[in-house]
Amino acid sequence: MTTVTAAPAHHDSGTFRAALPHIAPFLGILVLAVILPFVSNDYWVLIGTRAAIYWVLVSGLNLVVGFAGHLAIGYVALLTLGAYTTSVLVAGNVMPPVPVFAALPIAGAVGAVFGVIVGLPALRLRTFYFAMSTLGFATIVTQIALAWQSVTGGGIGIVGPEFPAPFNTAWGFYFLCICFGVVTTWMSANIARSRFGRALIAVRDAEVAAEATGISKPKMLIAIFLFAGALAAIAGGLFATLQTYITPDAFTFDLSVLFFIAILIGGRGSILGPMLGTIILTILPEIAAPLAAWSTFLYAVLLLLIVLVMPGGIAALLDFRNRRPLASNRAIVPRPAALADIVRKRTGGSHLKLRGIALSFGNVRAIDGLDLDVAPGEIHGLIGPNGSGKTTTLNVISGYYAAEAGSMTLGDDALPPGEPTLRAHRGIARTFQTPRVIGEASVLQNVMIGGSIEGRASFVESMLALPRNAWDERMLAAKARALLGVVGLESLAEVRTDRLQHSELRFIEIARALMLDPDFLLLDEPAAGLSNDEIERLAVLIKAICARGTGVLLVEHHADLIFDICHQVTVLNLGRTLAAGTPAEIRVHKEVVSAYLGG
Amino acid sequence: MLASIIASGLAAGAIYALVGVTYNTMFSTSRVMSFTAGQLAMLGGVFGSLFTLKLGLPIVVGFLLTLVCCAIIGIITEFVAVRPVLKSLDQHLYVLSTLAVALMIQQVSAIKWGTEPQPFPRLFGIGSGVWDEKFWLPVVACAITIVALEYLYRRTLVGRAFVAIAEDNFAARALGLPERNLRVASYALAGVIGGVAGYSGGELMLAFFANGALLNFYGFVPVALGGLGNNRGAIVGGLALGLFQQAANFLVGGIFSSVAVFTLFIVVLLAAPQGLFGSSTARRV
Repeated sequence: MTTVTAAPAHHDSGTFRAALPHIAPFLGILVLAVILPFVSNDYWVLIGTRAAIYWVLVSGLNLVVGFAGHLAIGYVALLTLGAYTTSVLVAGNVMPPVPVFAALPIAGAVGAVFGVIVGLPALRLRTFYFAMSTLGFATIVTQIALAWQSVTGGGIGIVGPEFPAPFNTAWGFYFLCICFGVVTTWMSANIARSRFGRALIAVRDAEVAAEATGISKPKMLIAIFLFAGALAAIAGGLFATLQTYITPDAFTFDLSVLFFIAILIGGRGSILGPMLGTIILTILPEIAAPLAAWSTFLYAVLLLLIVLVMPGGIAALLDFRNRRPLASNRAIVPRPAALADIVRKRTGGSHLKLRGIALSFGNVRAIDGLDLDVAPGEIHGLIGPNGSGKTTTLNVISGYYAAEAGSMTLGDDALPPGEPTLRAHRGIARTFQTPRVIGEASVLQNVMIGGSIEGRASFVESMLALPRNAWDERMLAAKARALLGVVGLESLAEVRTDRLQHSELRFIEIARALMLDPDFLLLDEPAAGLSNDEIERLAVLIKAICARGTGVLLVEHHADLIFDICHQVTVLNLGRTLAAGTPAEIRVHKEVVSAYLGG
Repeated sequence: MLASIIASGLAAGAIYALVGVTYNTMFSTSRVMSFTAGQLAMLGGVFGSLFTLKLGLPIVVGFLLTLVCCAIIGIITEFVAVRPVLKSLDQHLYVLSTLAVALMIQQVSAIKWGTEPQPFPRLFGIGSGVWDEKFWLPVVACAITIVALEYLYRRTLVGRAFVAIAEDNFAARALGLPERNLRVASYALAGVIGGVAGYSGGELMLAFFANGALLNFYGFVPVALGGLGNNRGAIVGGLALGLFQQAANFLVGGIFSSVAVFTLFIVVLLAAPQGLFGSSTARRV
């Protein structure tokens, strides 16, 4: 551990140099934005202001749509809410007038609350349901704005808030909006680059694996719904000022479409892409004036083209690094010895015990009264024919299934049935039969996901890039790199994971599981699809992990591997224990030989 | 007042139920929820008004032409927005592609038809007050549609093939069922049902481009309440929603009825994500 934390101390100037290529495009856009008023007229300043305000909203929405993958199509509702809240507070037709710089944060708070309310269905259901709930919210907000005349002025509308000097001129307001845009870009980029941003993508693309690493989806989503709702409402306040006078007609559904499509054109999991998307979509109707009435149609065509032809969006076009070919003859060469620097050596420790576990799917008894003991520092093999309940057993231990009968204990404590997100906290990590990785993230990021619960910085600290977040990031990155070295993949750390071979994904999953420094490691057919050489290396790696005191539960079909490395073997058949003992005993067990090994 | 609540509630509810059935019909053969369901119903009203009032065609001809046009829109949806994304159903790209098509339909209607609600022809001229045809017509249309669908699904070969595909797509294909053609046919059928919803509700809702988005939401609520692909649930849910909404409308006023519906929707989704009549989700691990 000491070597890992000590190394990155002198990295600070290096980190900045490494980040420069990422920051440069944003600086370029900022420079262009600053010189815009000096080279054009007030009309283009107006367009620029509008783009900046839209971006304030989109930068928050991007985390919901682009990172978390939830299709929020009605965000104009939160813009409307913010616009009316700010205007009403400043106009003072309900309570004494509030200065505009106080009204904006209040609107932000209101927007944050409603952002969560609209987002609630996303906690349980994805995609279409969530899209519908945001759409429904968008329809009722407009209706309320029309009907609640005493406050909103109904169809006649209400005067937008006015900012004090120097922001009451076109130029002043433009630069104010640019400042807002810069701040929200910075905040959303901080979140995106922190463990929270990675966790969002993990929940989107590999939800099951995310749960196994202890990421809590509800907490993550509520945090970003608060953030996105607040930004949308603040953007609404600025929008009301830009309009000088707002009526419900100003908030057409077309705006929602613009926000949403800007992100998709930009590309998922990117910040630069959606920013360019927002700018392009704002300018597009202006440079093609006859098309202005058809702008929504145009956006819809763009959306269809993006979905069908270029799902990666602008971000994929700009991702030059991942077009370089990878070496085709690369081999995975684990260096298990390096484990000693990363994983703490443990002695003794508690046993994982299953007693009388039973679980049925419909009429099928998948597990029927299973007893199992996994000791620390021991490799326990779990074998049996297809459908004998091996993977189901792992799923019961990791909490994806709640057993109908029986008990699980870890040491002296009961392991509660269900609740997969709590397993990581109890020191249980696992891999999956089909590797569950995030294809769009780099290998390093995938491994860093495994250490999510070790981060100490809160969401707000990450958003504001406070020191604890930087410490977390350095710690996680260093540990992930070291573990990639252990499994033999450090040369691929920066590569997009969907470009890798199947066998490499298996080793990535092991590295991700080791990020937890687990007491127990559950491996679900880690050798499936590996070559003989790779299986041998895998065997050495598993033995090394076990030698540090971790208990390994290994589900496998390769009998050679099982008999070679296991200390204990349990054979399942039809959900029951057929035999249990040392490999030598199992190898000659009559029923096992006839039912499973053949002979 | 009770009579008006029941009359308008059942009428609106029948329209929502039919839009819900439109969703389900498309979902059953493709596992896709399409944003075009509400737009099809909107087009039912717009085409009906266009053929009968604008072009002066006889009512029967206008009605049939409306259904044909809606069926064609349904088929176009299948070709443009559903077929290309079926390969990667788990990525949920269909949400985006059908949204794109729905937006195109809505925008073209807004520009070519106009953004003001326009009158819908009076079809039979029967009844007044709460017995006005604009109230009972959607209910009758809904009842006829249910009976026809039940007949189709239970008594005809094509209908049974639909059911087979909805039950188990792979097994149905292994049996040699022309899955692709049946899918196209189900989208045409969905177009017809959506067209019927809009046409029968035309006198109540008028020919108005914004009905599409509205019906998308109000038609989806019964589907969410009743469970995906469950027509019985959609119809019970739709009628209940209509009555609930109109009761709230009469008793506490327009805006609060929308708020009430929205709250109901969110609460039910959180309490029973599979809907009140739906089955539980598949295994994840």
